[in-house]
Amino acid sequence: MALEIRDIHKRFGPVRASDGVTFTVEEGSLHGILGENGAGKSTLMKILSGFYEADSGEVVLDGEVLHLRSPADAIDAGIGMLHQDPLVFLPFTVLDNFALGSPGSMRLDRKAAEAELMRVSGELGFEFDPERLVRDLTVGERQQLSITRLLWLGARVLIFDEPTTGISASQRIQLFDTLRTLAAGGMIVLFVSHKLEEVEALCDSVTVIRRGKVVYEAEMPVASETLVEKMFGNVFVEEERTTVPLGDAMLRVEAATLSEGTTRIEGLDLGIARSEVVGLAGLEGSGQRTLLRACAGLIQPESGSLSVDGIELTRASYREHLAAGVHYLPAGRLEEGLVQGISIAEHLVLASDDTAFFVDWKAADARAGEEIDEYSIKGLPSSAAEELSGGNQQRLLLAMIPDEVKLLLLEHPTRGLDVESAAFVWTRLLERRNHGTATVFASADLDELLNYSDRIIVFFAGSVFAIRTAAEIDGEELGYLIGGKVRA
Amino acid sequence: MEATFNSIIAAAAPLIIATMGETITEKSGVINLSLEGSLRLSAMTAFAIAFWVGNALVGFAAAAAVGAAIAAIIAFSSIRLKLNQIAVGFVLTLLAIELASFLGDSFVGERGPRVPPLPIPILSDIPFVGKVFFDHDLVVYFSYVAIFATWWYFYRTRPGLNLQGIGERPEAAFARGIPVNMLRFWYTVLGGAMVGIAGAAYSLDVKLGWRETLTLNLGWIALAIVIFGGWHPLRVAFGAYLFGALQVLAFQLQDVFPGVAQVLPIAPFPLMILALVFVYSDWFRRIGDRFPKMRNLLGSEAPAAMGTVFERE
Repeated sequence: MALEIRDIHKRFGPVRASDGVTFTVEEGSLHGILGENGAGKSTLMKILSGFYEADSGEVVLDGEVLHLRSPADAIDAGIGMLHQDPLVFLPFTVLDNFALGSPGSMRLDRKAAEAELMRVSGELGFEFDPERLVRDLTVGERQQLSITRLLWLGARVLIFDEPTTGISASQRIQLFDTLRTLAAGGMIVLFVSHKLEEVEALCDSVTVIRRGKVVYEAEMPVASETLVEKMFGNVFVEEERTTVPLGDAMLRVEAATLSEGTTRIEGLDLGIARSEVVGLAGLEGSGQRTLLRACAGLIQPESGSLSVDGIELTRASYREHLAAGVHYLPAGRLEEGLVQGISIAEHLVLASDDTAFFVDWKAADARAGEEIDEYSIKGLPSSAAEELSGGNQQRLLLAMIPDEVKLLLLEHPTRGLDVESAAFVWTRLLERRNHGTATVFASADLDELLNYSDRIIVFFAGSVFAIRTAAEIDGEELGYLIGGKVRA
Repeated sequence: MEATFNSIIAAAAPLIIATMGETITEKSGVINLSLEGSLRLSAMTAFAIAFWVGNALVGFAAAAAVGAAIAAIIAFSSIRLKLNQIAVGFVLTLLAIELASFLGDSFVGERGPRVPPLPIPILSDIPFVGKVFFDHDLVVYFSYVAIFATWWYFYRTRPGLNLQGIGERPEAAFARGIPVNMLRFWYTVLGGAMVGIAGAAYSLDVKLGWRETLTLNLGWIALAIVIFGGWHPLRVAFGAYLFGALQVLAFQLQDVFPGVAQVLPIAPFPLMILALVFVYSDWFRRIGDRFPKMRNLLGSEAPAAMGTVFERE
């Protein structure tokens, strides 16, 4: 059995998202599809899974030409796709999520479905409580549920679209084990990613896509430089770690108790200096977001005090925090950070401190043009926020940060960005640091934490588990701490 | 006492049929806001057709067709033309109301056919229960069937689970091979047909005859009851009976408190608002968290994709 993709073309208006893509993947293979954001990986995968119809070209599985007009056709042909954000139904139970959309009789036999769920998940080594709501599962568990379901429905080809976004380090290890087992069992596994190290660690072979075309195919291992060059067309050199001398205290948190939902951080003492970069590590939902939101003034501490640059802000509102020079960039760029439907120019007007009643749109467009150049945003002053790619949304958010910021709070500043955009984001952040801004950022990316932090605060189970300076910690120890263990 | 309960069950029957229809429609992700207009136009049509033909059943069929046609316009304009469901539903409400007044003018005060009473043998002889539940006509029995069938379909069948899926997260349902937009269209039409039958039940059964105020405000109340019922057929039915009880009570109390006679008929409306405040309170929500088995019944969450348009990107 082999999956052959033959000369696939797909256009969206003037954009050629797939421009004659041809490659073949053999059975039992773990095949990486590598490319930067917007390279055309997702479009191709959506064609394979029946979401889009190709303008021309053929998909051939096991010698048979497939007619993929809808996801139903793809499922029938044995092609299953795991979307970046698992397509599950949050308020439904695990069992209902498993059974929804499956073929069978009119009456839904939940007992039989449960037995099937247990059988297939048991074979994969996953554990589920069928009555639990999917809302209460982690992203990793939702993925496991989706994998279980696709295999139960008889998938022979499994497509994973950026599956490591939003899952913890330990879940990633488990996911990779599962992928290896599936491939070893004779399946075709396509692993779509823009993360080089993951493709290197996992895949047997790789196809690199750039601007809708296949630019490189190889058996692994391949030198990283080669892959980077193929992905971006130029070799990107990782920056040397730079430091600047720290100044006096900028953020001061004393004996603070913060609580939000099930997270409760008690008796937190923390001082962050001018020009210091502090990384917040930990599994998703361990308390990092709570600390950031408290510093931003979005939740108030139950007790204790919080001040920025000597200004008391314990009971202050979000507006007062803004006025004191605190700026927060949440993880949900489009949901919490930007306004859908309004343009880059309009965003910059919103973010400016100009209070005039009438907006000078000529000047606003001109200013938007300048910011677009300065932050290398791929878009026009009139482009709406949701038309921008993730990297360009983050660039726009950076452009919206006021010039004078004392404390910058960031949640997953480079999540989902390609290497180039991530490097750009950090170049900008470090410039601000050099001018005295204190930076606190939460991240799930160990390399990012180790590369940029002066100190790392590790959260575990809703409280501060350990605080280490960058000099005294390495990736292995950080991994242990995130898992709640202290290395012996 | 028996008679009071009997009349509550009868008074609520059309409301039950309409709210079950709307629950099905909204559960699939479409809001049919036109209920106030659909009910009125279908009530008028049912009476007019039944009056001409001299047969109530034909009136019911015509009313179902009217309700289904209005629903089909909403579904088509939302699914194919990507128009806003609220706007289209509201405009259709106004159109249907005016159309009913205009076309129905000559039927005001006429006497038409009615649905004959049909006590169920044996069952209706049971003391109290028999009189309250089984001494009715086909419309009331149909309302029982509507409640049970809707519940059974939602929670015990495969297509019912898929129906919940398309209203909750259509892109996920689509990824599983479910034809989202086609199903939405037909569930909207089905719901609309049930609203039409409810309209006919008013003019041919519960209130008899046609006048402009026959179903006044009941469409809006039906929409509120679906929300009160948290899109769960049994709770929606409870809401409809509660409203029916309030109406009957208000009617009977008019004789007891003649001084406030004008106020009592409108009392059910503000009480409905209070009921909505209650089911959306944190206290009520916490009960739902404590009994996982009752989650569906006690939850008050709207289908997440309700009122939105699904496109394949």
